Amino acid sequence: MEKIRCRKISKGLAEGIALVTNEPISLYGGVDPETGNVIDRRHQLFNKCIADRILIFPTGKGSTVGSYVLYRLARNGRAPKGVICKEAEPIVAVGAIIANIPMVDQPEKFDFKDGQKIKLNGSTGQIVIE
Amino acid sequence: MHLTREEEKILQGDSGPIKQKLMEILVALGDIFGAERLIPVASAQIAGVSYKSLGDAGIEWIESLDGETVAVPAMLNPAGMDLELWDRMGAPKDFAEKQLRIIRAYRRLGVTPTCSCTPYLVGFAPKFGEHVAWSESSAVCFANSVLGARTNREGGPSALAAAIIGKTPYYGYHLDENRKPSLKVKVSTKLREESDFGCLGYWTGKIARSGVPYFSGIKDASRDELKALAASLAASGGVALYHVEKITPESQLTPAEGTDLVEFDAGNLGECYDELTTIKTGKVDLVCFGCPHASIEEIRRVSNALKGRKIAKGTKLWAFTSVDTKRLAEKRGYLRVINDSGGEIYSDCCMIVAPIDEMSVKTIAVNSAKAAVYAPTLSNVDVVFGTLEKCIDIALSGRL
Repeated sequence: MEKIRCRKISKGLAEGIALVTNEPISLYGGVDPETGNVIDRRHQLFNKCIADRILIFPTGKGSTVGSYVLYRLARNGRAPKGVICKEAEPIVAVGAIIANIPMVDQPEKFDFKDGQKIKLNGSTGQIVIE
Repeated sequence: MHLTREEEKILQGDSGPIKQKLMEILVALGDIFGAERLIPVASAQIAGVSYKSLGDAGIEWIESLDGETVAVPAMLNPAGMDLELWDRMGAPKDFAEKQLRIIRAYRRLGVTPTCSCTPYLVGFAPKFGEHVAWSESSAVCFANSVLGARTNREGGPSALAAAIIGKTPYYGYHLDENRKPSLKVKVSTKLREESDFGCLGYWTGKIARSGVPYFSGIKDASRDELKALAASLAASGGVALYHVEKITPESQLTPAEGTDLVEFDAGNLGECYDELTTIKTGKVDLVCFGCPHASIEEIRRVSNALKGRKIAKGTKLWAFTSVDTKRLAEKRGYLRVINDSGGEIYSDCCMIVAPIDEMSVKTIAVNSAKAAVYAPTLSNVDVVFGTLEKCIDIALSGRL
């Protein structure tokens, strides 16, 4: 078990399996808001589904409308359980807040692997890798 | 970030869950950008209005704020259609229903349904030095640069949060140190009208990215030309503030020694027109003016150019503006002249956020560099970019 300190962005507790990419994500046009599938053909995560995972990526990019995509995913029950970014930017941060998805950024070390079981506390800024 | 007791209480939920959520947005942004505190804003201009960009998710979120009221004057970005003449414009009915639902949701929050990218032309001009929270990129750039107001480029939710809480985090362009020039641009060719200034902005934006360009060598510039410059700087780069020597109000902030210098000459100007035009010849379906929304002076020029002439069959001419400016154009007789020649003035919307690709439009002609940047990708159309006179000629002949 490893504990990592982060900066808190969106409060709440989440527990799930890591889905990791080292490429920035554009939510708008990059993720299908109905299914949570990554639809950007040029992205590492193409055809993967972000629903119910702890989504771990460096940062967001693209249109600010992307915030609403996270909200829509949450309404559809297809949102990630939690979000960890290397460096948060407004699109993903605002999206996580309005969608009630726990989120942290700036982890002391950014070295995650697909399939790790992660507990994320967005209220204290701590994550635990089991 | 340091919060006052009152702000802290809102964050704890004392003013209800909606304000709590909106405060969380402001605090998160403040933390991300290293703001020390929140500051009051005088107005908010909210993006995320067109159904085309907002989608069903956005509607649901705005409707979820029901019961709250804005704390400061707030207005909207252009919608995806004329809110009255959408049927004549050709907007699909199901699109129109969603669009009107969005406007109603904003109205319930007390937002003024002025849907315009030039709110500063119709009663929403901030004072010099005033802090505001605006979204639309050209309006942000104009407010910062030409009016000397202070705003960051807000996203839809953060502008709405600022409108309802009445505050914004104190960072970025609100601070003196971020308003200094980062790039010198020597303009060594004469710029004659809006489209020329659009070229300058398009060219400079690619170099300046999100920096602060300082222009020298411009002898004179009208408000409409400065509006075109703001729009294309923000579209090709992420410029939110520029200075023009002896013309804009903070141009005493001269570039520090060692600041990069680039020169814009007649060759660059010509290249921009070529670069932003995607076809060489053929039929043109739609000629558009008013990106950003036309001033009454721009409408007067279109009206004068069209007087007594007829637009080609099979080609449309649309001028976009705010509902206020359209009313004025009607009073002054410009609307009648434009209608008589077969053109239309539409309000509340623009060619970029309207679903023109669903309206059988394949090729458009514009005098706006910003529209020329966005239309090929956002609306999937071919573009001819030229002067106002060239666009009028295309409208009359129907082709390039």
